[in-house]
Amino acid sequence: MALSEKKSFWQKLKAWIDGEEILINADKYISTREKPELPHFAKHFSTENVRSNKKLYRLMSVFVSLVFIGIMLITVTHLPTFGEASNPSNNEVAERYLEQGIEETGAINFVAGMILDYRAFDTFGESNVLFLAVICVVMLLKRDSKNISAAEDQENAEDDVFDMEDLKLILKKGSKTIAPLVILYGIYVVLNGHLSPGGGFSGGSIIGAGLILYSAANGQKKMQTFFTFRTFTLISVACLLTYCGCKSYSFFTGANHVGYEIPKGVPGAILSSGFILPLNICVGLIVACTMYGFYALFTKGEI
Amino acid sequence: MSTMSTVIQVILVLFLIASAIGVSVTGNLFMAVIIFMGYSSIMAIIWLFLESPDLAITEAAVGAGVDSVLFFLTLKKVHALKGTREG
Repeated sequence: MALSEKKSFWQKLKAWIDGEEILINADKYISTREKPELPHFAKHFSTENVRSNKKLYRLMSVFVSLVFIGIMLITVTHLPTFGEASNPSNNEVAERYLEQGIEETGAINFVAGMILDYRAFDTFGESNVLFLAVICVVMLLKRDSKNISAAEDQENAEDDVFDMEDLKLILKKGSKTIAPLVILYGIYVVLNGHLSPGGGFSGGSIIGAGLILYSAANGQKKMQTFFTFRTFTLISVACLLTYCGCKSYSFFTGANHVGYEIPKGVPGAILSSGFILPLNICVGLIVACTMYGFYALFTKGEI
Repeated sequence: MSTMSTVIQVILVLFLIASAIGVSVTGNLFMAVIIFMGYSSIMAIIWLFLESPDLAITEAAVGAGVDSVLFFLTLKKVHALKGTREG
């Protein structure tokens, strides 16, 4: 496709997104391009000069670091003393949380009550940030016909053969014993997030670590029998939508959870403490998918 | 009993500082990631001493587990590890 050809707006946009425009015209563009006029200061500092000043740059970097360290230390001396009663952080907000938090949120583990009830929208934002991060990694690293070299292709084929053989027998057997236990512990941490230490993020990352262990030992082919890109997208999007729905519900009912049947937190009872359990499950699943997604995309470029 | 736990905490913090300096001083990227794993494990125990077990769980899972795997994969991707296929 030459540049002079008439193209529709849509074709142009597609070519621009795929980067074709630049690739096709790059040689022509570079050969015909005029050399830019060097600014005044650049004439005196050619590349040779820049390299010969290495010692000066080291001294300058040390100087700049020292100046910044000094500024930070001076700022620290102006901060209020740690733990003093008259500090601005000791206001009525923390008091109210401590006195009425368990009554209002129904979470025995009050950290979960804080991040999934009072500050639930923060956590929603964090989950979205994780999802966005994994989308960016998919955009950059996902393998398709336009994004692979012959060498990488061969390397992946060799890896598949290596995974099929019984060379890693001890590793495979070991991972088959340990990975289910790790994942089970992660599920326990997620489900008991409102009763005991832990919660969505920690439990989710434990589940993700278990999935990574299984995938690293048994190969991606084996992993794809139960965890494909489709399941990955389905779980992530469904969890984000569920979270959004739950929180919108309590937002529009004035944070009173009107008509919600699950009771307040009871030690030992998993089905308690309001919305915190479903929210924890959502966050846990998103985090587990994201952790495993990062690993899979970094190794093979596909989930 | 409390003096015992104080002694352990001081030792842990010393290890923490040593590994923090070690990460930035070592020239070998592979060693840096391994020391960083050690840093995370020590930090997880310190969180336990500071009575925040949920942070300890997260630190152990993310800091020592997933993070270092991702670091290794990145090093492999940019061919900065010795012994991988491209050197």
